[in-house]
Amino acid sequence: MYPAKFDYLAPESMGEALAILAERGDEVKILAGGQSLIPMMKLRLARPSTLVDINRLPDLDAIDVQNSHLRVQALARHADVVRSDVVKSENALMASAAPWVADPIVRNLGTVCGSVAHHDPEGDWASVMLALDAEVVAVSKEGHAHFHPGADGERHTGGTRVIPINQFLVDMFTTLLHPSELVAEIRVPRYERGGGNYQKLERKIGDYATVGVAAHLELDGDDRIGKAGLALTSVYASNLKVREAEDLLVGESPSDELFAEAAQIARNACDPAGDVRGSADFKRHIVDVFTRRALAESLTIAQGGAS
Amino acid sequence: MNITLVVNGTEHTADIEPRRLLVDFIRSTLKLTGTHIGCDTTSCGVCTVLLDGTPVKSCTVFAVQANGRSITTVEGLKQNGQLAPIQEAFKEHHGLQCGFCTPAMMLVGSALIAENPSPSEDDVRWAISGNLCRCTGYVNIVKSIRAAAEATSQGATS
Amino acid sequence: MTTTVHQPRTSAEIGGLGHSRRRVEDARFIEGQGHYVDDIELPSMLHMVIHRSPLAHARIVSIDTSEAEAVEGVVAVVTGELLAGYNLAWMPTLSGDTQAVLATDKVRFQGQEIAAVIATDRYIAEDAAELIQVEYDDLEPIVNPQRALERDAPLIRDDKEGQDSNLCYEWESGDKAAVDDAFAAAAKVVSLETFYPRSHPAPLETCGVVADVDSVTGQATIYMTSQAPHAHRTVFALVAGLPEQNIRIISPDIGGGFGNKVPVYPGYVVATAASLVIGKPVKWVETRTENLISTGFARDYHMKGELAVSEEGRILALRVDMLSDQGAFFADAQPTKFRAGLFHIVTGSYDYPAAHVTTRGAYTNKAPGGVAYRCSFRVTEASYLIERLVQNAAYEIGMDPAEFRARNFIQPEQFPYLSPTGFVYDSGDYEKAMRLAMEMVGYDDIQAEKESARAEGRLVGIGMASFTEVVGAGHGEEYDILGLKMFDSAELRVHPTGKAILKLGVRSQGQGHETTFAQIVAEELGIPASDIKVVEGDTDNTPYGLGTYASRSTPVAGAATAMIARKLRDKARKIAAHLLEASEDDLEWEPGKFSVAGDPDSSVTIQDVAFAAYTNPPPDLEAGLEGVNYYDPPNMTYPFGTYMVVVDVDPESGQWKVRRMVAVDDCGVRINPMIVEGQIHGGLAEGYAMSSMQYITFDEAGNCIGSNFMDYLIPTAWETPRFELGETVTPSPHHPIGAKGVGESATVGSPAAFVNAVIDALAHLGVRNIDMPVSADRVWAAMEQARA
Repeated sequence: MYPAKFDYLAPESMGEALAILAERGDEVKILAGGQSLIPMMKLRLARPSTLVDINRLPDLDAIDVQNSHLRVQALARHADVVRSDVVKSENALMASAAPWVADPIVRNLGTVCGSVAHHDPEGDWASVMLALDAEVVAVSKEGHAHFHPGADGERHTGGTRVIPINQFLVDMFTTLLHPSELVAEIRVPRYERGGGNYQKLERKIGDYATVGVAAHLELDGDDRIGKAGLALTSVYASNLKVREAEDLLVGESPSDELFAEAAQIARNACDPAGDVRGSADFKRHIVDVFTRRALAESLTIAQGGAS
Repeated sequence: MNITLVVNGTEHTADIEPRRLLVDFIRSTLKLTGTHIGCDTTSCGVCTVLLDGTPVKSCTVFAVQANGRSITTVEGLKQNGQLAPIQEAFKEHHGLQCGFCTPAMMLVGSALIAENPSPSEDDVRWAISGNLCRCTGYVNIVKSIRAAAEATSQGATS
Repeated sequence: MTTTVHQPRTSAEIGGLGHSRRRVEDARFIEGQGHYVDDIELPSMLHMVIHRSPLAHARIVSIDTSEAEAVEGVVAVVTGELLAGYNLAWMPTLSGDTQAVLATDKVRFQGQEIAAVIATDRYIAEDAAELIQVEYDDLEPIVNPQRALERDAPLIRDDKEGQDSNLCYEWESGDKAAVDDAFAAAAKVVSLETFYPRSHPAPLETCGVVADVDSVTGQATIYMTSQAPHAHRTVFALVAGLPEQNIRIISPDIGGGFGNKVPVYPGYVVATAASLVIGKPVKWVETRTENLISTGFARDYHMKGELAVSEEGRILALRVDMLSDQGAFFADAQPTKFRAGLFHIVTGSYDYPAAHVTTRGAYTNKAPGGVAYRCSFRVTEASYLIERLVQNAAYEIGMDPAEFRARNFIQPEQFPYLSPTGFVYDSGDYEKAMRLAMEMVGYDDIQAEKESARAEGRLVGIGMASFTEVVGAGHGEEYDILGLKMFDSAELRVHPTGKAILKLGVRSQGQGHETTFAQIVAEELGIPASDIKVVEGDTDNTPYGLGTYASRSTPVAGAATAMIARKLRDKARKIAAHLLEASEDDLEWEPGKFSVAGDPDSSVTIQDVAFAAYTNPPPDLEAGLEGVNYYDPPNMTYPFGTYMVVVDVDPESGQWKVRRMVAVDDCGVRINPMIVEGQIHGGLAEGYAMSSMQYITFDEAGNCIGSNFMDYLIPTAWETPRFELGETVTPSPHHPIGAKGVGESATVGSPAAFVNAVIDALAHLGVRNIDMPVSADRVWAAMEQARA
C-alpha cells in the first residue's frame, strides 16, 4: 500500500534533468504522470532508489502540428489528447483511442509518452503508435557518450535520437530507451485523406483491454489504400503490429472482403493467452470481428463520412 | 523534504518523506479526513481531490509533487459558511448513502460543471466513470450532479 | 418514476411514515465530516500491519521476526506463538467453529494472517512486515469443494478434534419421500446445474479497528467497523477474557457493510491484544487486497435443481442438492439452526406441496466466509436457482415464462402460506407485481420484437425474476447466532421540552437509520422527526441488539421502535387525561395531540404531555416518559417483487447491453420512499455486477485471482444500467407498521433477471445455461457450442 523509501529530485529545466540521467540514469526512474509507476511502487513491485519528477520542465506539454507530423510532447496528458481540437482534425485513430485509456481521472495525469516508454503490453497507446508508424524522440545530455541498446550497438554522443516506434518497442516493459535518455516527444505522420479507429473490448472502464485493435487507412488519388496500419493490444507477448495484413491492404481497393481477409491474417498472427477475460479462441475471434469493424470505420472516415 | 502548498485556500508548509502519498499527507498531516482511501490499485477514486482545479487520484500522487501547487478537498467546497450547490444537490436528491465516495463524487461533479455547465446524463456517467460507488447504483449521484449544474447556471444568471 | 402508493398520514412537518424526508446524516458527510474508523486518531496511537501467507496450504516450519523487530519505529511483532500464551491464537467464529487468529501450525488459505507488526507509523510497519521470514512446507492446496470431499484429499482442518474429512456441515430440509413420489408422477422434469460464483461485498471502506485498552482503568474502547457491535462485544468478552462491562465497542460511521463487517476478523483481535499488552491505542486498517483476499466473501454455491411439472404446467415438486465452498473455516454468520442459512426458501414464489433440499459444505484452502454481499442469509443463491429453473421450465414446456409463473404463483388468498420447507410467508400478491412490471416494460412488444430482430441479425432477450425474500431474523425459537436470540431493541426517551432520543440495537452502514427510525417515532407520537435524535453503534449507550444485516433492521428494530413509541403513547394518554381532567377513554388522538371527544378546544400537545411527565405527572405514575422494547418477531417478513430486464446481445462479440430494467418491489409499508428507492438502486447495481463481471477464482496452486480492483470488478456509472422502479404495497400483517424491509431484495432478485434475459436472447439456439459472470466470452462460447 505504501512504497519503499526513495530519493526525489524535481529538476526545473531539461538540462538539469538530462544531467541527472547522464550521471545516475541506471538507478533512477522518471516520474511524469506516474499513473503506471506509482501503483507499481505502492505494491512494491517497483523500488527505484530515486525518482526524477519531470513535471516542472517547461514547454513540454504541447500537442501541435509541426510540418509533416503531429507532435505530442512528454507532458501532454491523455486528457489533453481527448480534448485536443488538433487531434480531432489531424488523426482519427488517436481521437478514437484516447477516451478509452484508463479512466477520466487517471487520464488527467497519465501521459502518452510515459505510456509508450513504459510499454505495458496491455497498454493502448503502443498499439496506436505502431499502427501510425510514429517516431519516438529520445533526448539525452549533449556530449554524453554511451552505447545504445539494440542491434546497432552504435556509440552515440547524446543529444536527440529519432527512433521508429516498431524499433523502439522491444518487448513487454522493454524499450530501446537508454537509461540516460527520456522520451521528449512522439511524432505522428500527418496524412491527407485517411481515417482511423480503435476498437477496445474491456469489461469495464478502467480495465485493461481484453482485446484492442488499432486501425489506420489512407486513401490515394485512385481511392485505393495508400497506407495501412494495424496493431493489436493484449493478444500477444506485447503490442503487435500486423505487417502481413497491412501489406495485403496497401494498393488495393477497399472492400468488405478485403477487410475480412486482413482480419483473418490478424487473427492468425496473434497469440492470445486464455485467462479470466476469455479463452484464446474467443480473443482470436474478437481480433477478427474488431479488425473488420475498425477497418470499416476507418474507411468511412477516410471517405469523408461522419463517425 | 520541505514542501509548501495551498490547501482549500490556506498555505501549508511541512517537512515530509518523498514516499508519503498525497492522500496520506491530506489525512494524517493536515488532518483533513474527508478524503478517503478505498483501494490499492488506483481503481476506486474515493481519494480524488482537485489539483489546481483538476481531479486527480491523490493516492497515486506523492505529496512532494504538490509542492507549490494548490489543492481543493471536500472541506474546501463550502465557501463563507455557505454550502456549495453540489453539496445542496447531493442532500436534496439523496446522492449519498454511506458517504464514503461522496467527497470524490462532489469534487468530480464540480469539475465537470465548471467545464460543461449543462451535462447530459451520459456526460455525467462518463465523467464519474473513474469513481466507484457501492451503495447508490449511481442513479441519484447522476441526478444530484445534474441538479447542481442547473442550480449553478441559475445562480450565475441571477 | 414511482407511483407513491402509500399516502402519509402525518404532515410534512411531523414527517412520519411515507415522507421522503431528507437525510439527517447527510449534513456531516457532504462536508467531509464523516467519522469513519480510519479517521480516528488517539494520542500515542500505534499502527499495525499484518504479514500474510503467500501460500494456500502449507505447514509452518519457522517464523523469524528478528529483522522486523530491529526496524526503527517498530514497537512489537506479534506471532501466533505469542498469542497462544494468552489463549488467543484461535478464536470462535459466528458459526461455532474456530478460526486461527495468527497461524501457528499451518496456513490454510492464501492471505491468512501469520504475524503483525506494530509501529509508530504505517509506512514503517509495512517496511518491517516485509522483513518477516517464514519457512513453509508446501501441502496440496484444495481449490474446489468436490475435490475437498474426495477420500484421498488432504485434511485441511487437522486442528479440529474428530474431524476426519473436509466436510464442514451437512443439512437438509423438506420431505424426500413426497418429492420422489411427485417426480415419479411428473409429466416433465426440468433440471439445472448452476454455479453461483464466489464474489465479495467489497464496501468502499475496508475493515478496521482502533483498539484502546487503558492499562490503568482496564477499560477497552474498541472503535470497529462493525455491523453488530453488541454481539461483537460479547464475543470479545468470551475470547479475550475481558470483563464485558469493561468493553465498549463503538461502531462509528461505516462506509458500507453489505455483510462484510459482520464477522470478527483476526486483525481486530490482534490489535486489541496488542493494545492490552503495550498499553497504547493500536490502529489496524486493512488494504483492499487484504479485504478481498481474506475477509468474508460471498456465495460459492454449486447448485443442482430439478422441477417436477405436470401436464398442465403446474409445478409438483422441487428437488435441490447444493455443495457450498466454505473456505478454510466455517466463519460466516447464520442462525445456528440453519447451516445453509435460509437457502431452503429456494421453493420461491410458487405453490406446490413438496420439496427436498440437501446441502453440504466443504472446507477448502480459501478465505473463510460465504454469507455476505446482501445475500439475506443465502436467499440470493436460492432465489437465483428457482428463478433460473422456472425460466428454463417455461422453455421446456413451451409456455411463456410470465404465464408459467402466473399459473404457479402462490395466490393472495393463500397467505399466510406454509411452504414445503417450513416457512410461513406472511403476505403477498405476486401476480399484481408481475403484471405491473410487464406493463411498465412493454412485455408483449418486446416478445414480438424478438423474432423480427433475429431476422435482422439482432439478438434481443427479455428476462424476469419474481422473487420472494425472507428477512427480519428472527423469532427466538428458531433464530439465534452463537446462542444469542435474534431479537432487537429500541430505547426511547422523550425530554421535558418534547424532543426525544431513540437508541437502537442495530447499526446503519448507509441505510439512513438516523432519518428513518425517527420517522417511525414521529408517526406514533406526532413529535416532528427533526426533534428526534437517533443513536446507534455505541454499546455503552444503546440497548442490546444483534445488528444490521440480512435486512433485519426495519422488521425487528423498526418493530421495537413502534412498540416502545406506542407504549409511551399509552403513558402519554394517562398524563393527558390527568392534565385535561378527563377519562382516558374520552380522549381522541391525532398525531401530536390528545383532545377531549366532542370538545376539540380542550386539548394538550404531546409536548405539553412531555413537559408534564417531569413537572406534573399523575400521582400514581412514575415520572418521565421513556422505555425500552426488546422485540421478538413472531415471524419473518417476506418482501417480494418482479424484475424485468431487456437486453441486446451482440451476436458477433457476445457483449450484451441492458436496454431496459424495470424493478417492481413490494416491501410493505415504506417508511421513506426516497431511501427505499436508493436501497433498490444500489442492490440492482450490485446484482448487475454479479451477473456481468464479478468473481473471485483460484488457480491450481491456490492463488487468489480477484484480490484487487483490477481483477475483482466493480462496475462504474458507465456500465451500470438505468433503472425504472415501480411499487406495490402489501403490508406485513404481523409487523407493527406493516413494513417488511428491503435492503437486499434487489441483490436477491436481480441476478436471475439479468441472466434470464441473456439466456432468453439465445434460447432459440437451445442455450439453457451460462454461469455467472455472464461475460462476453461466455456468451460467445455458448453460442458457438449451440451452433456446433
